[in-house]
Amino acid sequence: MTMLFDKIFAHSTRIIAITVLLVVAAIFTILFQESLLSIQSNGFAFLSDTKWAPNLEKFGALPSIMGSIISTFLAMILAIPVAIGVAIFLSEIAYERLKAPIGISIELLAAIPSVVYGMWGLFYFVPIVRDIFGGMGIGMLTAGIVLSIMILPFMAAVTRDAMNTTPDILKESAYALGATKWNVVKDVIIPYAKAGIIGSLILALGRAIGETMAVTFVMGNVHKISMDITQPATSIPVTLANEFTEADSDLYYSSLFELALILLVISFVIIAVAKSYFLRRTRRTS
Amino acid sequence: MTETQKRVLISKIVMVLSTLSALIGLAFLFWILYVLVTNGIDAINWDIFLYEGAPPGYAESGLKQALIGQLILVGVASLIGVPLGVLGGTYLSEYGQRSRLAETIRDISDIMMSAPSIVIGAFVYAVVVTPMGHFSGWAGVIALTIIMVPIILRTTDDMLHLVPGTLREAAFALGAPKYKVIIQVVYRGAKAGVLTGILLGVARVGGETAPLLFTSFNDNFMSTDLMEPMASLTVTMFNYATSPYEDWQQLGWAAAFILSMFILALNIIGRLIIMKKGK
Repeated sequence: MTMLFDKIFAHSTRIIAITVLLVVAAIFTILFQESLLSIQSNGFAFLSDTKWAPNLEKFGALPSIMGSIISTFLAMILAIPVAIGVAIFLSEIAYERLKAPIGISIELLAAIPSVVYGMWGLFYFVPIVRDIFGGMGIGMLTAGIVLSIMILPFMAAVTRDAMNTTPDILKESAYALGATKWNVVKDVIIPYAKAGIIGSLILALGRAIGETMAVTFVMGNVHKISMDITQPATSIPVTLANEFTEADSDLYYSSLFELALILLVISFVIIAVAKSYFLRRTRRTS
Repeated sequence: MTETQKRVLISKIVMVLSTLSALIGLAFLFWILYVLVTNGIDAINWDIFLYEGAPPGYAESGLKQALIGQLILVGVASLIGVPLGVLGGTYLSEYGQRSRLAETIRDISDIMMSAPSIVIGAFVYAVVVTPMGHFSGWAGVIALTIIMVPIILRTTDDMLHLVPGTLREAAFALGAPKYKVIIQVVYRGAKAGVLTGILLGVARVGGETAPLLFTSFNDNFMSTDLMEPMASLTVTMFNYATSPYEDWQQLGWAAAFILSMFILALNIIGRLIIMKKGK
């Protein structure tokens, strides 16, 4: 009896664990299957066409793809220096007594739902961008900034964790030789934790590119590639969030599914690179 | 200027810059918190808990349907996702250990933890909403469960791994079968950590909006029927905040405030549990 129960327990845990793999495989398969119609009728032009006109059954995804790339790029450029600054501050500068409260509040801010960041962006940040740059205030620039603020706590927290893996003894040895704080950061911490820091930044990139709610409020969902980043634009998640419930033809649906598939593949690859190439060592040691 | 003076000066400049960036970052984040709290407190009153959604302009308008819907969606997703996550994590830590299969499951779960949640919404749309013919609470529950399981699975795996092997060996030596060792010794040893992981997983899922947009959709009226579309705080917040009506926007802020406080509370409780254990 006990033996039997032992076997049942072991097998059920294994089946459940394997289900995770099956679900992920199913996600890829189903998305691909649903995209087939679009892949067949839109072909490769889907990736290079700039015209997205559902009423004419014309689907070009380039504005969405470019929008995702540009808004994420803007967000990364803005967030990386600040996040690294915060991480240096938390690991080397702040008083011991300040480290925990500031570190914890940053982690808590990372837990606030992104829809709240989006809402804040719409009501408080859009007017500021409108006053400074003119136009509607809704667009690529606003989306990039809101996205950078949304990703900042996560990025700062994981970068700090990576920096904190540097053994104290290494830092102390450098200080004993007369190194300044910047010397220690530049010549001890960064070389030691380089893989972890890069991995953390890429991981944040993977999150930013798939982030939907923080940008949907402030992007505008306009399928146009504009050189002017203050103009309304769109990105893959924004297009999905705005149009999925409105799609009225099979090809329209299929095109949206292809967008979802593209987004999944891009972020899957980015996160996989961050995790398996850069963050492997930190995980093994923890 | 000597070499040393130069070094010290550069260091000072960099330190000031990183302190400044920390201040800027924190200032933005506290600005958001301030906006959330002031608008939330302004917008909150008893009506929110008593009334369902009403057209703009009606005084008797509230978030009852969204609050109940949110509780049902997250509650049912947790009822399904928590046991699955804990048992799956048990496999990784206790049975699979360092095997190829277990390592693959770890890697894939790690990736899924950061994968775009809107894509999971699209997947559930294809496998649940299309066959059913309409949006439903169940579709939302399934989407949330798919997001929740990898998170809880990985934290459970890590937390069980921290239980010393000698404890297991002692129990085995007394003749206990493996499942008994796991349930009575390993789970007990890792209780605080697993609980924290569960709370953080539930908190994470509670704030999800994108996967609900086209699964559970929305409903302006009270519904407890998971076969029908169901309102959630997050989707309601999105719809109300992007509407041009000021009273709807107010309700949006109230929803944002309630949801954020709920999620922050889960996070803080989770941290307290693990901190108490550490002492």
